[in-house]
Amino acid sequence: MGGLLTEAFLSSLFTGAIVAAIPMLLAGLGEQMSEKAGVLNIGIEGMMLMGAYMGFLVAFKTESLWLGFLGGILGGVLVAIVMAVLCVRLGLNQIVIGIGLTLGVEGLTALLHHFQFSRTYPRLPAPERLNIPGLTDLPVIGPSLFGRHLIVYLALIAVAVLAYLYRRTNLGMTLRAAGERPAALDVAGGNVLGIRVFATLFTGGMAGLGGAYLANIGAGLFIPFMTGGAGFIGIVLAMLARGRPLWVLIGSLIFGAALSMTTALQVAGSNIPTDVIQMLPFAAVMLVLVLFGRRAKLPSALGAAYERGAR
Amino acid sequence: MTMQQDTNPSSVDTEAAASGAASATATERSAFQRFLTVTVGPIVAAFLLSAIILMLVGVNPLTYYGYILDRSLFSSLGLEQTATRMAPLLFLVASLIIAFRAGIWNLGTDGQFLLGAVIAAATAPLLVGVLPGWAVLLVGFLLAALVGAIWSIIPALLKAYQGVNEIITTLMMSFLGVLLASTLVKLAFRDPTTTVPQTRTLPVADRLPRLFETSISSGLVWGLIAVILVHLMMTRTSFGLRLRMVGANPAAATHAGLSVPLLTMATFGLSAGFAGLAGASEILGVAGNVRANWNPAYGLMVIPLVFLARFHGVGAIVLVFFYSALMIGSESAARRLGVPQNFTLVLVASLLICLGLGEYIDQHKRKKER
Repeated sequence: MGGLLTEAFLSSLFTGAIVAAIPMLLAGLGEQMSEKAGVLNIGIEGMMLMGAYMGFLVAFKTESLWLGFLGGILGGVLVAIVMAVLCVRLGLNQIVIGIGLTLGVEGLTALLHHFQFSRTYPRLPAPERLNIPGLTDLPVIGPSLFGRHLIVYLALIAVAVLAYLYRRTNLGMTLRAAGERPAALDVAGGNVLGIRVFATLFTGGMAGLGGAYLANIGAGLFIPFMTGGAGFIGIVLAMLARGRPLWVLIGSLIFGAALSMTTALQVAGSNIPTDVIQMLPFAAVMLVLVLFGRRAKLPSALGAAYERGAR
Repeated sequence: MTMQQDTNPSSVDTEAAASGAASATATERSAFQRFLTVTVGPIVAAFLLSAIILMLVGVNPLTYYGYILDRSLFSSLGLEQTATRMAPLLFLVASLIIAFRAGIWNLGTDGQFLLGAVIAAATAPLLVGVLPGWAVLLVGFLLAALVGAIWSIIPALLKAYQGVNEIITTLMMSFLGVLLASTLVKLAFRDPTTTVPQTRTLPVADRLPRLFETSISSGLVWGLIAVILVHLMMTRTSFGLRLRMVGANPAAATHAGLSVPLLTMATFGLSAGFAGLAGASEILGVAGNVRANWNPAYGLMVIPLVFLARFHGVGAIVLVFFYSALMIGSESAARRLGVPQNFTLVLVASLLICLGLGEYIDQHKRKKER
């Protein structure tokens, strides 16, 4: 194992950990808000994938990374609107619709990608690696912690802002009430469905941004099914964080490190099959759930649609 | 950490049982209307919704749907392929009916399916000649069920004794299982005589026999038996009633003196076992071996069928037939019309969503009637 601890290995591990952590951090922060408000958002994987697709597409067409991020947010919100209408407004089963949305976005983005890029690139194995200005000189290659894309720092600021929001503001209290005792919030004059719709859309936006980061900065291209469970890991992060944004950050860094082992071990030239290395983040999630699963705390009205007057 | 009843999969069909108190003619009419709103309506709507998406990408939906019908139902070869494809799907339906009726979200069937398939493919070819033909197949099926069940032990224990949400744990174990299956094929069970990483191949003569003069695998028959047995077990036996009680209301089941943790473990074991059988039926009946990175991902796709059938075995069998036809047709369409097979994902998703909407409309109507 001594050969593993080379400079190349460590630098790619650290770099990879942050690059891999940011999408999960954004997804986890987003999921945290809707879980607080009582919506178990299984569709987050789909929102993330739509964000990745739209984010990549916009960045590719406009050659602007920032518009790409905006497109990613929009993509996530679009899927979240469907979720909000069906699960919050109409009170349909959140898990069935969540799985439905994830499957649908997987199919839809793969389909759209197939039809768009077989036109742009007549050859089928299209070289999606693009030369978007701003992307090529991004500091993903840089081994240091500094000089990353601005979005990384925005994500860190979001952790602090959300922590403040949950603890010190009216909105934070309202969110918690919507998840714990929606009926009490309703009686107190709060708008349960409104706050839940807001939380769901926020989740969509954050997940979409995370997806766009994954596609535009993490990979530099869009591949169908590219989120590969990152959204689900976001759900686990939110579950284990017990409502604390800072814990989501810590968790995402740990899982990011596990994910980046894939590339790092390949750089180190180890001959462990990639399948084994790809298992690491999921194994880490299971290990954490086995050790701390009991301590996960979820709002009491999570997953239950709110209907006024229903018992 | 405990999920509310409303998120329980089994709560979907409790309402259905409640509607039947009105007079005979009125129930008959409303039963038909109900059938239209919750079954026919969603299916039609899902196909229309998907047709719009087809038009968006520039494919004529009529041509596409027509082609699928033509290839899967109106040709004898297509029909035989459709019938053969039903086998693994039926075992998966059996798996999900147990889990959903008992209030457990087993979303990890893909991993259980693949590991079952790999163990069947790893052992069966080695046993040929050692054991008689029927015993080879039996051992393959039993091992697959066992391995599938083992893969659900961690989520089962966590759910039963720690109350950890099984949606996440089964999904995570599924991702792990898919990767582990591929690793096992590459490292442990690799056929040394081939260049592509795959397991040893079970000779065609030793696979599940074919039905009569057709190419239909007899796995179909076993799949049908599995679904019927599971349906009878869940609806006609006291064990099934216990499982459904746990699904409907775990707290009440505890008060009734049932051991909820043990019944939860049993649900996981049975459900995951059937998912393992599904994998074995595909290998021992059709494929004969497992190639590395093979993952048909049937598991999540079967969920809407089970919901659409309202966890009813017979209804699910009918739906599996049409779904199987859709798969065979779209696989052919992917080659001929250039529409990627991922389109079926869109169709399945629209089905799930329209299904939910149909349920909503139905409940709304019933509330007005009261």
